[in-house]
Amino acid sequence: MNKTIITVVGKDTVGIIARVCTYLAENNINILDISQTIVQGYFNMMMIVDTNSMTKKFGDMADEMTALGEEIGVVIKCQKEEIFDSMHRI
Amino acid sequence: MINLYEVTETNKMIAEENLDVRTITLGISLLDCIDSDLNKLNDKIYHKIYEAAKDLVATGEEISREFGIPIVNKRISVTPIAMIGGAACKTVEDFASIAKTLDKVAHEVGVNFIGGYSALVSKGMTPADELLIRSIPLALSTTERVCSSVNVGSTKTGINMDAVKLMGEMIKEAAEYTKEQDSLGCAKLVVFCNAPDDNPFMAGAFHGVTEADKIINVGVSGPGVVKTALEQVRGQNFEILCETIKKTAFKVTRVGQLVAQEASKRLQVPFGIVDLSLAPTPAVGDSVADILCEIGLEYAGAPGTTAALALLNDQVKKGGVMASSYVGGLSGAFIPVSEDQGMIDALVAGALTLEKLEAMTCVCSVGLDMIAIPGDTKATTISGIIADEMAIGMINQKTTAVRIIPVIGKGVGETVEFGGLLGYAPIMPVNPFSCDAFVNRGGRIPAPIHSFKN
Repeated sequence: MNKTIITVVGKDTVGIIARVCTYLAENNINILDISQTIVQGYFNMMMIVDTNSMTKKFGDMADEMTALGEEIGVVIKCQKEEIFDSMHRI
Repeated sequence: MINLYEVTETNKMIAEENLDVRTITLGISLLDCIDSDLNKLNDKIYHKIYEAAKDLVATGEEISREFGIPIVNKRISVTPIAMIGGAACKTVEDFASIAKTLDKVAHEVGVNFIGGYSALVSKGMTPADELLIRSIPLALSTTERVCSSVNVGSTKTGINMDAVKLMGEMIKEAAEYTKEQDSLGCAKLVVFCNAPDDNPFMAGAFHGVTEADKIINVGVSGPGVVKTALEQVRGQNFEILCETIKKTAFKVTRVGQLVAQEASKRLQVPFGIVDLSLAPTPAVGDSVADILCEIGLEYAGAPGTTAALALLNDQVKKGGVMASSYVGGLSGAFIPVSEDQGMIDALVAGALTLEKLEAMTCVCSVGLDMIAIPGDTKATTISGIIADEMAIGMINQKTTAVRIIPVIGKGVGETVEFGGLLGYAPIMPVNPFSCDAFVNRGGRIPAPIHSFKN
Protein backbone atom coordinates (compact mmCIF):
# COMPACT_ATOMS: atom_id res chain seq x y z
CA MET A 1 0.00 0.00 0.00
CA ASN A 2 1.17 3.51 -0.83
CA LYS A 3 -0.68 5.98 1.33
CA THR A 4 -1.14 9.63 0.49
CA ILE A 5 -2.89 12.27 2.57
CA ILE A 6 -5.08 14.71 0.67
CA THR A 7 -6.20 17.84 2.50
CA VAL A 8 -8.88 20.14 1.18
CA VAL A 9 -9.42 23.51 2.85
CA GLY A 10 -11.58 26.43 1.72
CA LYS A 11 -14.99 28.07 1.59
CA ASP A 12 -17.78 25.50 1.63
CA THR A 13 -19.73 24.98 -1.57
CA VAL A 14 -21.84 22.30 -3.27
CA GLY A 15 -20.01 19.30 -4.71
CA ILE A 16 -16.46 19.58 -3.30
CA ILE A 17 -16.32 15.93 -2.24
CA ALA A 18 -18.03 14.82 -5.47
CA ARG A 19 -15.45 16.60 -7.66
CA VAL A 20 -12.47 15.31 -5.65
CA CYS A 21 -13.81 11.75 -5.52
CA THR A 22 -14.59 11.70 -9.24
CA TYR A 23 -11.00 12.68 -9.98
CA LEU A 24 -9.70 9.97 -7.66
CA ALA A 25 -11.94 7.30 -9.23
CA GLU A 26 -10.89 8.29 -12.76
CA ASN A 27 -7.25 7.83 -11.79
CA ASN A 28 -7.69 4.52 -10.00
CA ILE A 29 -6.95 5.96 -6.54
CA ASN A 30 -8.67 4.13 -3.71
CA ILE A 31 -10.07 6.08 -0.73
CA LEU A 32 -9.27 4.46 2.64
CA ASP A 33 -10.58 7.07 5.06
CA ILE A 34 -12.31 10.45 5.02
CA SER A 35 -12.81 12.91 7.84
CA GLN A 36 -14.44 16.24 7.27
CA THR A 37 -15.69 19.18 9.32
CA ILE A 38 -17.10 22.63 8.67
CA VAL A 39 -15.82 25.40 10.94
CA GLN A 40 -17.48 28.83 10.52
CA GLY A 41 -18.38 28.16 6.91
CA TYR A 42 -14.95 26.76 6.11
CA PHE A 43 -14.69 23.31 4.65
CA ASN A 44 -11.87 21.18 6.08
CA MET A 45 -11.32 17.65 4.83
CA MET A 46 -8.63 15.02 5.10
CA MET A 47 -8.57 11.89 2.98
CA ILE A 48 -6.25 8.95 3.26
CA VAL A 49 -5.91 7.31 -0.14
CA ASP A 50 -3.98 4.42 -1.65
CA THR A 51 -2.05 5.44 -4.75
CA ASN A 52 -0.59 2.02 -5.44
CA SER A 53 -2.55 1.40 -8.67
CA MET A 54 -2.58 5.05 -9.70
CA THR A 55 -2.05 5.46 -13.44
CA LYS A 56 -0.09 8.72 -13.13
CA LYS A 57 3.13 9.98 -11.58
CA PHE A 58 2.76 11.46 -8.08
CA GLY A 59 3.88 14.92 -9.19
CA ASP A 60 1.38 15.07 -12.07
CA MET A 61 -1.47 13.93 -9.81
CA ALA A 62 -0.53 16.59 -7.21
CA ASP A 63 -0.46 19.29 -9.89
CA GLU A 64 -3.85 18.25 -11.29
CA MET A 65 -5.35 18.20 -7.80
CA THR A 66 -4.02 21.72 -7.19
CA ALA A 67 -5.58 22.85 -10.47
CA LEU A 68 -8.88 21.16 -9.56
CA GLY A 69 -8.80 22.98 -6.21
CA GLU A 70 -8.37 26.31 -7.96
CA GLU A 71 -11.37 25.51 -10.15
CA ILE A 72 -13.57 24.74 -7.13
CA GLY A 73 -12.14 27.60 -5.06
CA VAL A 74 -10.41 25.53 -2.37
CA VAL A 75 -6.81 24.59 -1.58
CA ILE A 76 -5.93 20.94 -2.21
CA LYS A 77 -2.63 19.47 -1.02
CA CYS A 78 -1.31 15.95 -1.61
CA GLN A 79 1.46 14.65 0.64
CA LYS A 80 2.83 11.16 1.22
CA GLU A 81 1.80 9.78 4.58
CA GLU A 82 5.37 9.28 5.83
CA ILE A 83 5.87 12.93 6.76
CA PHE A 84 2.97 12.80 9.23
CA ASP A 85 3.91 9.35 10.46
CA SER A 86 7.47 10.30 11.19
CA MET A 87 6.47 13.49 12.96
CA HIS A 88 3.65 12.10 15.10
CA ARG A 89 4.48 8.41 15.67
CA ILE A 90 7.46 6.88 17.43
CA MET B 1 -4.05 6.03 11.73
CA ILE B 2 -3.07 9.68 11.25
CA ASN B 3 -5.86 12.06 12.23
CA LEU B 4 -7.04 15.45 11.02
CA TYR B 5 -5.54 17.25 14.02
CA GLU B 6 -2.05 15.87 13.36
CA VAL B 7 -2.21 16.65 9.66
CA THR B 8 -3.33 20.21 10.40
CA GLU B 9 -0.55 20.66 12.97
CA THR B 10 2.16 19.60 10.52
CA ASN B 11 0.79 21.69 7.68
CA LYS B 12 0.44 24.74 9.94
CA MET B 13 4.12 24.38 10.91
CA ILE B 14 5.04 24.37 7.23
CA ALA B 15 2.67 27.08 6.02
CA GLU B 16 2.73 29.55 8.92
CA GLU B 17 5.78 28.82 11.06
CA ASN B 18 8.47 28.43 8.38
CA LEU B 19 9.22 24.77 9.08
CA ASP B 20 11.61 23.59 6.43
CA VAL B 21 14.57 21.39 5.75
CA ARG B 22 17.30 23.96 5.46
CA THR B 23 19.72 21.97 3.36
CA ILE B 24 20.53 18.66 1.75
CA THR B 25 24.29 18.68 1.40
CA LEU B 26 26.04 16.09 -0.71
CA GLY B 27 29.56 15.47 0.54
CA ILE B 28 31.96 14.35 -2.18
CA SER B 29 35.51 13.12 -1.64
CA LEU B 30 37.99 14.51 -4.17
CA LEU B 31 40.94 12.46 -2.92
CA ASP B 32 40.87 10.29 -6.04
CA CYS B 33 41.16 13.40 -8.26
CA ILE B 34 44.65 14.36 -7.06
CA ASP B 35 47.05 14.95 -9.94
CA SER B 36 50.26 16.91 -10.38
CA ASP B 37 48.98 18.40 -13.64
CA LEU B 38 46.69 21.35 -12.90
CA ASN B 39 44.56 20.98 -16.02
CA LYS B 40 44.02 17.28 -15.43
CA LEU B 41 43.20 18.00 -11.78
CA ASN B 42 40.58 20.59 -12.67
CA ASP B 43 39.12 18.24 -15.26
CA LYS B 44 38.87 15.34 -12.81
CA ILE B 45 37.29 17.54 -10.12
CA TYR B 46 34.71 18.84 -12.57
CA HIS B 47 33.70 15.37 -13.76
CA LYS B 48 33.61 13.75 -10.34
CA ILE B 49 31.35 16.46 -8.89
CA TYR B 50 29.16 16.67 -11.99
CA GLU B 51 28.55 12.91 -12.10
CA ALA B 52 27.85 12.69 -8.36
CA ALA B 53 25.59 15.74 -8.11
CA LYS B 54 23.76 15.98 -11.42
CA ASP B 55 20.51 14.62 -9.93
CA LEU B 56 20.81 16.31 -6.53
CA VAL B 57 18.62 19.34 -7.19
CA ALA B 58 15.92 17.41 -9.08
CA THR B 59 15.79 14.75 -6.35
CA GLY B 60 15.53 17.40 -3.64
CA GLU B 61 12.65 19.04 -5.46
CA GLU B 62 10.90 15.72 -6.00
CA ILE B 63 11.09 14.88 -2.27
CA SER B 64 9.92 18.38 -1.40
CA ARG B 65 6.90 17.98 -3.65
CA GLU B 66 5.90 14.52 -2.45
CA PHE B 67 6.02 15.34 1.24
CA GLY B 68 4.92 18.94 0.94
CA ILE B 69 7.94 20.20 2.91
CA PRO B 70 10.17 22.95 1.50
CA ILE B 71 13.82 21.96 1.08
CA VAL B 72 15.41 25.38 0.88
CA ASN B 73 18.95 24.59 -0.25
CA LYS B 74 20.74 21.86 -2.12
CA ARG B 75 24.47 22.09 -1.66
CA ILE B 76 27.78 20.31 -2.13
CA SER B 77 30.77 19.97 0.17
CA VAL B 78 34.13 18.64 -0.99
CA THR B 79 37.43 17.51 0.53
CA PRO B 80 39.51 20.49 1.70
CA ILE B 81 41.10 21.82 -1.49
CA ALA B 82 44.48 22.48 0.18
CA MET B 83 44.99 18.69 0.21
CA ILE B 84 43.67 18.13 -3.29
CA GLY B 85 45.59 20.95 -4.95
CA GLY B 86 48.86 20.54 -3.06
CA ALA B 87 50.64 18.59 -5.80
CA ALA B 88 49.52 20.76 -8.72
CA CYS B 89 49.31 24.31 -7.40
CA LYS B 90 52.41 26.46 -7.27
CA THR B 91 50.82 29.92 -7.14
CA VAL B 92 47.71 31.53 -5.67
CA GLU B 93 46.32 31.77 -9.22
CA ASP B 94 46.66 27.97 -9.57
CA PHE B 95 44.56 27.45 -6.46
CA ALA B 96 42.03 30.06 -7.58
CA SER B 97 41.59 28.11 -10.83
CA ILE B 98 40.24 25.21 -8.75
CA ALA B 99 37.78 27.62 -7.12
CA LYS B 100 36.61 28.58 -10.61
CA THR B 101 36.11 24.91 -11.50
CA LEU B 102 34.04 24.43 -8.33
CA ASP B 103 31.99 27.53 -9.16
CA LYS B 104 31.38 26.34 -12.71
CA VAL B 105 30.19 22.89 -11.70
CA ALA B 106 28.02 24.40 -8.92
CA HIS B 107 26.27 26.52 -11.55
CA GLU B 108 25.83 23.58 -13.88
CA VAL B 109 24.28 21.21 -11.36
CA GLY B 110 22.21 24.06 -9.90
CA VAL B 111 23.38 24.11 -6.26
CA ASN B 112 23.52 27.51 -4.58
CA PHE B 113 26.74 26.97 -2.62
CA ILE B 114 29.72 24.63 -2.76
CA GLY B 115 31.90 24.39 0.34
CA GLY B 116 35.38 23.02 0.87
CA TYR B 117 37.76 25.67 -0.40
CA SER B 118 39.42 24.92 2.89
CA ALA B 119 42.57 24.17 4.80
CA LEU B 120 42.94 22.32 8.11
CA VAL B 121 45.86 23.92 9.89
CA SER B 122 45.09 23.55 13.59
CA LYS B 123 48.69 22.61 14.41
CA GLY B 124 50.76 23.72 11.44
CA MET B 125 50.60 24.78 7.81
CA THR B 126 52.10 22.96 4.85
CA PRO B 127 53.26 25.19 1.96
CA ALA B 128 50.08 24.14 0.12
CA ASP B 129 47.88 25.08 3.09
CA GLU B 130 49.48 28.50 3.28
CA LEU B 131 49.19 29.02 -0.46
CA LEU B 132 45.50 28.11 -0.38
CA ILE B 133 44.87 30.49 2.51
CA ARG B 134 46.66 33.27 0.62
CA SER B 135 44.51 32.54 -2.45
CA ILE B 136 41.19 32.86 -0.56
CA PRO B 137 40.62 36.60 -1.27
CA LEU B 138 41.23 36.05 -5.00
CA ALA B 139 39.13 32.87 -5.07
CA LEU B 140 36.16 34.45 -3.29
CA SER B 141 36.22 37.59 -5.43
CA THR B 142 36.33 35.67 -8.72
CA THR B 143 33.61 33.14 -7.91
CA GLU B 144 30.01 33.39 -6.82
CA ARG B 145 29.07 30.15 -5.08
CA VAL B 146 32.31 28.90 -3.55
CA CYS B 147 32.57 28.95 0.26
CA SER B 148 35.81 28.80 2.16
CA SER B 149 36.76 27.76 5.68
CA VAL B 150 39.98 27.37 7.63
CA ASN B 151 40.35 25.34 10.82
CA VAL B 152 42.99 27.07 12.93
CA GLY B 153 42.65 25.28 16.25
CA SER B 154 41.32 22.29 18.14
CA THR B 155 41.14 20.97 21.69
CA LYS B 156 43.62 18.23 20.74
CA THR B 157 46.22 20.45 19.08
CA GLY B 158 45.87 23.93 20.53
CA ILE B 159 45.64 27.07 18.41
CA ASN B 160 47.88 27.81 15.44
CA MET B 161 48.50 31.51 16.09
CA ASP B 162 50.46 31.95 12.84
CA ALA B 163 47.31 30.90 10.99
CA VAL B 164 45.17 33.16 13.20
CA LYS B 165 47.40 36.11 12.30
CA LEU B 166 47.28 35.22 8.61
CA MET B 167 43.49 34.85 8.65
CA GLY B 168 43.10 38.36 10.09
CA GLU B 169 45.04 39.64 7.09
CA MET B 170 43.14 37.47 4.60
CA ILE B 171 39.75 38.59 5.93
CA LYS B 172 40.81 42.20 5.42
CA GLU B 173 42.10 41.39 1.95
CA ALA B 174 38.92 39.50 0.99
CA ALA B 175 36.91 42.51 2.18
CA GLU B 176 39.08 44.80 0.05
CA TYR B 177 38.78 42.55 -3.05
CA THR B 178 34.96 42.59 -2.82
CA LYS B 179 34.46 46.17 -1.58
CA GLU B 180 32.15 46.98 -4.51
CA GLN B 181 29.68 44.45 -3.08
CA ASP B 182 29.91 45.60 0.57
CA SER B 183 32.78 43.14 1.21
CA LEU B 184 30.54 40.18 0.47
CA GLY B 185 33.56 37.85 0.09
CA CYS B 186 33.93 37.69 3.88
CA ALA B 187 30.37 36.35 4.23
CA LYS B 188 31.61 33.20 2.48
CA LEU B 189 34.64 32.69 4.72
CA VAL B 190 34.68 31.03 8.15
CA VAL B 191 37.51 30.49 10.63
CA PHE B 192 36.97 27.44 12.83
CA CYS B 193 38.15 25.76 16.00
CA ASN B 194 37.19 22.05 16.23
CA ALA B 195 35.56 22.09 12.77
CA PRO B 196 33.30 19.06 12.24
CA ASP B 197 33.91 16.81 9.21
CA ASP B 198 30.22 16.41 8.40
CA ASN B 199 28.75 19.90 8.74
CA PRO B 200 26.03 20.44 6.08
CA PHE B 201 25.70 24.19 6.70
CA MET B 202 27.50 26.89 4.74
CA ALA B 203 29.82 28.67 4.71
CA GLY B 204 31.71 26.16 6.85
CA ALA B 205 30.84 22.87 5.15
CA PHE B 206 33.61 20.63 3.88
CA HIS B 207 33.84 16.88 3.34
CA GLY B 208 36.30 15.58 5.92
CA VAL B 209 38.94 13.00 5.08
CA THR B 210 37.40 10.58 7.58
CA GLU B 211 34.23 10.42 5.46
CA ALA B 212 33.10 7.96 2.77
CA ASP B 213 33.38 8.68 -0.97
CA LYS B 214 29.94 10.30 -1.01
CA ILE B 215 27.53 11.07 1.80
CA ILE B 216 24.21 12.84 2.36
CA ASN B 217 24.02 15.21 5.33
CA VAL B 218 20.86 17.11 6.16
CA GLY B 219 20.38 20.29 8.15
CA VAL B 220 16.96 20.90 9.69
CA SER B 221 15.59 24.15 10.96
CA GLY B 222 12.49 25.61 12.52
CA PRO B 223 12.96 28.49 14.96
CA GLY B 224 9.45 29.67 14.08
CA VAL B 225 7.95 26.33 15.15
CA VAL B 226 9.73 26.46 18.53
CA LYS B 227 8.64 30.08 19.06
CA THR B 228 4.98 29.28 18.31
CA ALA B 229 5.05 26.26 20.64
CA LEU B 230 6.49 28.45 23.42
CA GLU B 231 3.72 31.02 22.98
CA GLN B 232 1.38 28.36 24.40
CA VAL B 233 3.37 28.04 27.67
CA ARG B 234 3.96 31.70 28.57
CA GLY B 235 4.48 32.21 32.32
CA GLN B 236 4.98 28.49 33.02
CA ASN B 237 8.06 27.18 34.85
CA PHE B 238 11.35 25.98 33.33
CA GLU B 239 10.38 22.31 33.42
CA ILE B 240 7.42 22.93 31.14
CA LEU B 241 9.44 25.32 29.00
CA CYS B 242 12.17 22.72 28.46
CA GLU B 243 9.72 19.90 27.78
CA THR B 244 7.99 22.00 25.13
CA ILE B 245 11.24 22.78 23.33
CA LYS B 246 12.28 19.11 23.45
CA LYS B 247 9.02 17.84 21.99
CA THR B 248 9.07 20.43 19.23
CA ALA B 249 12.71 19.69 18.38
CA PHE B 250 11.82 16.01 18.15
CA LYS B 251 9.09 16.67 15.58
CA VAL B 252 11.25 19.00 13.51
CA THR B 253 14.16 16.55 13.49
CA ARG B 254 11.98 13.63 12.45
CA VAL B 255 11.16 15.48 9.25
CA GLY B 256 14.88 15.97 8.63
CA GLN B 257 15.55 12.29 9.24
CA LEU B 258 12.81 11.31 6.77
CA VAL B 259 14.15 13.65 4.09
CA ALA B 260 17.72 12.43 4.69
CA GLN B 261 16.71 8.79 4.31
CA GLU B 262 14.67 9.47 1.17
CA ALA B 263 17.47 11.49 -0.42
CA SER B 264 19.97 8.78 0.46
CA LYS B 265 17.75 6.09 -1.08
CA ARG B 266 16.97 7.98 -4.27
CA LEU B 267 20.50 9.20 -4.92
CA GLN B 268 22.00 5.87 -3.82
CA VAL B 269 24.41 7.67 -1.55
CA PRO B 270 24.79 6.61 2.12
CA PHE B 271 23.07 8.69 4.79
CA GLY B 272 25.58 10.54 6.98
CA ILE B 273 24.02 12.67 9.68
CA VAL B 274 21.19 15.01 10.54
CA ASP B 275 22.43 18.31 11.93
CA LEU B 276 20.06 19.40 14.69
CA SER B 277 20.26 23.11 14.32
CA LEU B 278 17.97 26.03 14.77
CA ALA B 279 19.08 28.08 11.81
CA PRO B 280 17.32 31.41 11.37
CA THR B 281 16.70 33.32 8.14
CA PRO B 282 15.95 37.02 7.68
CA ALA B 283 12.25 36.11 7.15
CA VAL B 284 9.93 37.42 9.86
CA GLY B 285 9.05 34.62 12.30
CA ASP B 286 12.17 32.59 11.50
CA SER B 287 14.36 33.96 14.27
CA VAL B 288 16.34 32.43 17.15
CA ALA B 289 16.41 35.82 18.90
CA ASP B 290 12.59 35.77 18.93
CA ILE B 291 12.69 32.47 20.84
CA LEU B 292 14.96 34.09 23.44
CA CYS B 293 12.41 36.90 23.74
CA GLU B 294 9.60 34.37 24.06
CA ILE B 295 11.55 32.69 26.89
CA GLY B 296 11.30 36.01 28.71
CA LEU B 297 13.82 38.59 27.51
CA GLU B 298 12.94 42.04 26.24
CA TYR B 299 15.67 41.74 23.60
CA ALA B 300 18.38 39.20 22.82
CA GLY B 301 21.40 40.53 24.70
CA ALA B 302 19.55 41.43 27.90
CA PRO B 303 20.84 39.87 31.16
CA GLY B 304 19.75 36.22 31.14
CA THR B 305 20.44 35.79 27.42
CA THR B 306 23.34 33.36 27.86
CA ALA B 307 21.32 31.18 30.23
CA ALA B 308 18.29 31.23 27.93
CA LEU B 309 20.43 30.29 24.93
CA ALA B 310 22.16 27.52 26.91
CA LEU B 311 18.88 25.88 27.85
CA LEU B 312 17.48 26.30 24.33
CA ASN B 313 20.57 24.70 22.79
CA ASP B 314 20.53 21.81 25.23
CA GLN B 315 16.84 21.04 24.85
CA VAL B 316 17.05 21.14 21.04
CA LYS B 317 19.76 18.48 21.23
CA LYS B 318 17.90 16.35 23.77
CA GLY B 319 14.76 16.36 21.65
CA GLY B 320 16.60 15.88 18.40
CA VAL B 321 18.93 13.05 19.40
CA MET B 322 16.09 10.57 19.80
CA ALA B 323 14.54 11.58 16.50
CA SER B 324 17.50 10.68 14.34
CA SER B 325 19.67 7.60 14.05
CA TYR B 326 22.85 9.62 13.38
CA VAL B 327 23.36 13.12 14.64
CA GLY B 328 26.36 15.26 13.80
CA GLY B 329 27.57 18.47 12.23
CA LEU B 330 27.20 21.58 14.34
CA SER B 331 23.92 20.63 16.06
CA GLY B 332 22.71 23.56 18.13
CA ALA B 333 21.26 27.03 17.85
CA PHE B 334 22.87 29.43 15.37
CA ILE B 335 23.15 33.07 16.30
CA PRO B 336 24.09 34.89 13.10
CA VAL B 337 23.40 38.59 13.28
CA SER B 338 22.55 39.64 9.72
CA GLU B 339 20.48 36.51 9.04
CA ASP B 340 18.15 36.96 12.02
CA GLN B 341 15.66 39.83 12.20
CA GLY B 342 15.38 39.57 16.00
CA MET B 343 19.16 39.93 16.38
CA ILE B 344 19.16 42.98 14.11
CA ASP B 345 16.35 44.54 16.19
CA ALA B 346 18.32 43.86 19.38
CA LEU B 347 21.37 45.50 17.85
CA VAL B 348 19.45 48.57 16.73
CA ALA B 349 17.88 48.87 20.20
CA GLY B 350 21.38 48.82 21.75
CA ALA B 351 20.78 45.57 23.64
CA LEU B 352 23.43 43.50 21.91
CA THR B 353 27.20 44.03 21.82
CA LEU B 354 30.08 42.07 20.33
CA GLU B 355 31.16 41.08 23.84
CA LYS B 356 27.71 39.69 24.71
CA LEU B 357 27.68 37.76 21.44
CA GLU B 358 31.03 36.29 22.41
CA ALA B 359 29.60 35.17 25.75
CA MET B 360 26.64 33.59 23.92
CA THR B 361 29.00 31.57 21.72
CA CYS B 362 30.23 29.73 24.83
CA VAL B 363 26.90 27.91 25.05
CA CYS B 364 25.67 27.53 21.47
CA SER B 365 26.83 25.62 18.47
CA VAL B 366 28.73 28.12 16.40
CA GLY B 367 30.32 31.45 17.05
CA LEU B 368 30.56 35.05 15.98
CA ASP B 369 28.55 34.75 12.81
CA MET B 370 27.70 37.27 10.09
CA ILE B 371 28.83 40.28 12.06
CA ALA B 372 29.56 43.48 10.15
CA ILE B 373 32.31 45.66 11.64
CA PRO B 374 33.87 48.94 10.47
CA GLY B 375 36.06 48.62 7.37
CA ASP B 376 38.99 50.35 9.03
CA THR B 377 39.32 47.66 11.74
CA LYS B 378 42.96 46.52 11.86
CA ALA B 379 43.90 43.00 10.69
CA THR B 380 45.51 42.31 14.09
CA THR B 381 42.28 43.28 15.86
CA ILE B 382 40.37 40.76 13.68
CA SER B 383 43.03 38.16 14.55
CA GLY B 384 42.54 39.01 18.25
CA ILE B 385 38.77 38.45 17.92
CA ILE B 386 39.45 35.14 16.16
CA ALA B 387 41.93 34.07 18.88
CA ASP B 388 39.37 34.78 21.62
CA GLU B 389 36.73 32.74 19.86
CA MET B 390 39.12 29.86 19.13
CA ALA B 391 40.13 29.79 22.81
CA ILE B 392 36.47 29.37 23.80
CA GLY B 393 36.19 26.41 21.44
CA MET B 394 39.48 24.85 22.48
CA ILE B 395 38.84 25.04 26.22
CA ASN B 396 35.18 24.00 26.04
CA GLN B 397 35.79 21.15 23.56
CA LYS B 398 33.23 22.52 21.15
CA THR B 399 33.10 24.00 17.68
CA THR B 400 33.45 27.75 17.47
CA ALA B 401 33.71 29.90 14.40
CA VAL B 402 34.20 33.46 13.24
CA ARG B 403 32.52 34.87 10.16
CA ILE B 404 33.12 38.57 10.42
CA ILE B 405 32.84 41.21 7.71
CA PRO B 406 34.93 44.39 7.86
CA VAL B 407 32.87 46.47 5.44
CA ILE B 408 35.30 48.63 3.48
CA GLY B 409 34.27 52.27 3.35
CA LYS B 410 31.61 52.00 6.04
CA GLY B 411 31.57 52.75 9.75
CA VAL B 412 29.48 52.27 12.90
CA GLY B 413 25.85 53.26 12.44
CA GLU B 414 25.76 52.48 8.72
CA THR B 415 23.97 49.43 7.36
CA VAL B 416 25.20 46.79 4.97
CA GLU B 417 22.93 44.76 2.69
CA PHE B 418 24.07 41.28 1.58
CA GLY B 419 20.78 40.17 0.08
CA GLY B 420 18.90 36.86 0.10
CA LEU B 421 19.56 34.41 2.92
CA LEU B 422 22.56 36.46 4.07
CA GLY B 423 20.32 39.38 5.08
CA TYR B 424 21.42 42.85 6.19
CA ALA B 425 23.17 44.23 9.26
CA PRO B 426 23.98 47.44 11.06
CA ILE B 427 27.76 47.80 11.56
CA MET B 428 28.84 47.03 15.14
CA PRO B 429 31.54 48.88 17.07
CA VAL B 430 34.74 46.98 17.91
CA ASN B 431 36.87 47.49 21.03
CA PRO B 432 39.45 50.07 19.83
CA PHE B 433 42.41 48.97 21.98
CA SER B 434 45.37 47.24 20.35
CA CYS B 435 46.42 43.57 20.55
CA ASP B 436 49.27 43.92 18.00
CA ALA B 437 52.01 42.63 20.29
CA PHE B 438 49.94 39.58 21.24
CA VAL B 439 49.07 38.60 17.68
CA ASN B 440 52.59 39.25 16.36
CA ARG B 441 54.27 36.81 18.78
CA GLY B 442 53.93 33.92 16.31
CA GLY B 443 53.89 30.18 16.99
CA ARG B 444 51.06 28.27 18.59
CA ILE B 445 49.14 28.05 21.83
CA PRO B 446 49.64 24.54 23.35
CA ALA B 447 46.75 22.11 23.72
CA PRO B 448 44.89 22.47 27.04
CA ILE B 449 45.53 20.08 29.93
CA HIS B 450 42.15 18.33 29.61
CA SER B 451 42.97 17.20 26.08
CA PHE B 452 45.41 14.61 27.46
CA LYS B 453 42.96 11.80 27.96
CA ASN B 454 45.00 8.80 26.82
